[in-house]
Amino acid sequence: MIEGILIGLTTALTIQNILMVMVGCFFGTIIGMLPGLGPMTAIALMIPITYGFDPATGLILMAGVYYGAVFGGSTSSILLNAPGVPGTVATSFDGYPMAQQGKAGKALAIAAWSSFAGGTLSAIYLLFMAPSLSKVSLSFRSPDYFALMILGLTAIAAFSSKGQFLKAMMMVVLGLMLASVGQDSLSDITRFTFDNMNLTDGISFVLVVMATFAMSEALTIILKRNDPTSAAKQVSLTELGSIKINKEERTKMYKTIPRSSVIGFLIGVLPGAGATIASFLAYGMERNVVSDEEKEKFGKGSVNGLSAPETANNAACSGSFVPMLTLGIPGSGTTAVMLGALLGFGVQPGPRLYMTNPEIFWSIIMSMYIGMVILLILNLPLIPYIARILAVPKNYLIPLILFFSVTGIYVMSFNNFDIYLMIGIAVVATFLRLYDFPMPPLILSFVLGGLMEENLRRSLLLSNGSWEFLWDRTLTACILATTILIVVWHIYKTFKKKN
Amino acid sequence: MNINTTKIISLLFFIFSAFYLYTAYQIQVFAFDENAPFNARTFPIYLGYAGLFFSGLKLILTDPNTIKVEHKNLEYKKTGILILIAIIYGATILKVGYFLTTSLFLFASYYFLGERRWVLMFLLSFPFVAAFMYLLHGILDIYLRDPFLQLIGVMG
Repeated sequence: MIEGILIGLTTALTIQNILMVMVGCFFGTIIGMLPGLGPMTAIALMIPITYGFDPATGLILMAGVYYGAVFGGSTSSILLNAPGVPGTVATSFDGYPMAQQGKAGKALAIAAWSSFAGGTLSAIYLLFMAPSLSKVSLSFRSPDYFALMILGLTAIAAFSSKGQFLKAMMMVVLGLMLASVGQDSLSDITRFTFDNMNLTDGISFVLVVMATFAMSEALTIILKRNDPTSAAKQVSLTELGSIKINKEERTKMYKTIPRSSVIGFLIGVLPGAGATIASFLAYGMERNVVSDEEKEKFGKGSVNGLSAPETANNAACSGSFVPMLTLGIPGSGTTAVMLGALLGFGVQPGPRLYMTNPEIFWSIIMSMYIGMVILLILNLPLIPYIARILAVPKNYLIPLILFFSVTGIYVMSFNNFDIYLMIGIAVVATFLRLYDFPMPPLILSFVLGGLMEENLRRSLLLSNGSWEFLWDRTLTACILATTILIVVWHIYKTFKKKN
Repeated sequence: MNINTTKIISLLFFIFSAFYLYTAYQIQVFAFDENAPFNARTFPIYLGYAGLFFSGLKLILTDPNTIKVEHKNLEYKKTGILILIAIIYGATILKVGYFLTTSLFLFASYYFLGERRWVLMFLLSFPFVAAFMYLLHGILDIYLRDPFLQLIGVMG
């Protein structure tokens, strides 16, 4: 393995490859900041360029773009509450409120350091555990995935604010209902389209997230006469962009990062799970393990609440490379695009990649780490300038948020219907937010809806319609037992507080 | 029973779930799939019942955290105008083109939100959209349909 690491370092540390990582990180950050254009689009845009290079260099460029785009996505989540990709939705829960308090630079710095630490730890896990973890990931079956999704949805609902469990569960169901619109994945039968061709392919994630977060946030600000820039006005530009993290905040991060990186990495290893589930689970877990005093700060700009999902989503990005490199199974949509690029280079990922192309295997792992170091070096000095977005007056900021939301949808679909649908969902979401119906459960369930149905379908078909699959396998039973424990613990805590 | 808006929303969600469940039962599946353990209507049916269950519970149980919204303090007029501008923007973007509609949308939004610094409003609409369009169309090679720019010969 030492020999492999040295081969990887030699390949990754050439001037050309370091330049590629820098270019990749830079473009990735810019593309990731644009709503609607996430890591998958960024990498897809880079594929034609990478074919001009050798496979290792091409993949190094793509790894840089990947990490850059994930960081860029976090930036728009924190500053504008407009997460362009599912993996950064959880980042906005505490990142956006923190930025609203005039600590935009600090929020971005916490996100950058957490991402870096999550990536560093997961690169170490990847180095030592990649071959053995690929076997573990293969042992996951459909019932386990189904149980894992139930766990994720229950956790996000259970850990929503006090007295909101039922509201959160209603939002979970609404998200799943929205996800069920369109063609059934197996039979191609259309559902809930009401003969409208525009709904045949279902409702896109970007549309729902832009409507429920960015657009409805903008409408809520106008409706409630809030000023998102009021806190920024009260502090100087230097303070707004300050990236200083004090000792107390660092102590919180030291505790959060290791546990969130483990969750992120393990979830990332599971094929199909990816950064979204990882970030939501890490957020939910963090809320459960912190003190009652800290728990109250969740959703209002908690350091732990920001650090956990950022660590986990980056750790999951590294984790998702395990099934791709060792089994040829992509762990996420983005790695699926990278898998396509690998095949285009004539490289066949799988257990033998480690033997046949060690320079590719190890240089990807090494360049991922180098990519994160360069991303940090490039972006930390830029944070004070990026944070100044919040100093833009409200009268300009709100139309610009609406503009980015509509453009994000327009470049994806080129039809009016999606814009109307987005406005419609945004109006409903604004009304629901007014009465404290939480949006994060809706988004998570919308993202997981298709996967959840698919895994339930397989499980029920394999067990001939019997629900025994829920306790037939030890792993499934353990995950469900954890879900039940979370609910029981939540009910117990609620009653304890009442008494 | 004290009826508050949260309960009314729950009631609306209950009715919506009932309608969703009814529509789920109407989904046409293939004849050979009719009695299969899982078909295209199975998951939506579960979802419909789940919606009825949770909204029903919310309706029945007492709400300890009643949310009171002061409607007098809400800015309905500006919000309505902004939504209307967005709808007009959506309706014209394909026919007129990205550049002109987006620039006008931004300019009108600034105006209705109370901005009157005309030069800044102009700079943050027309040149801003042109630069953004160049980034998308010129650099990232993302196609943006624009009949207006085609008409005046700026775009091929």
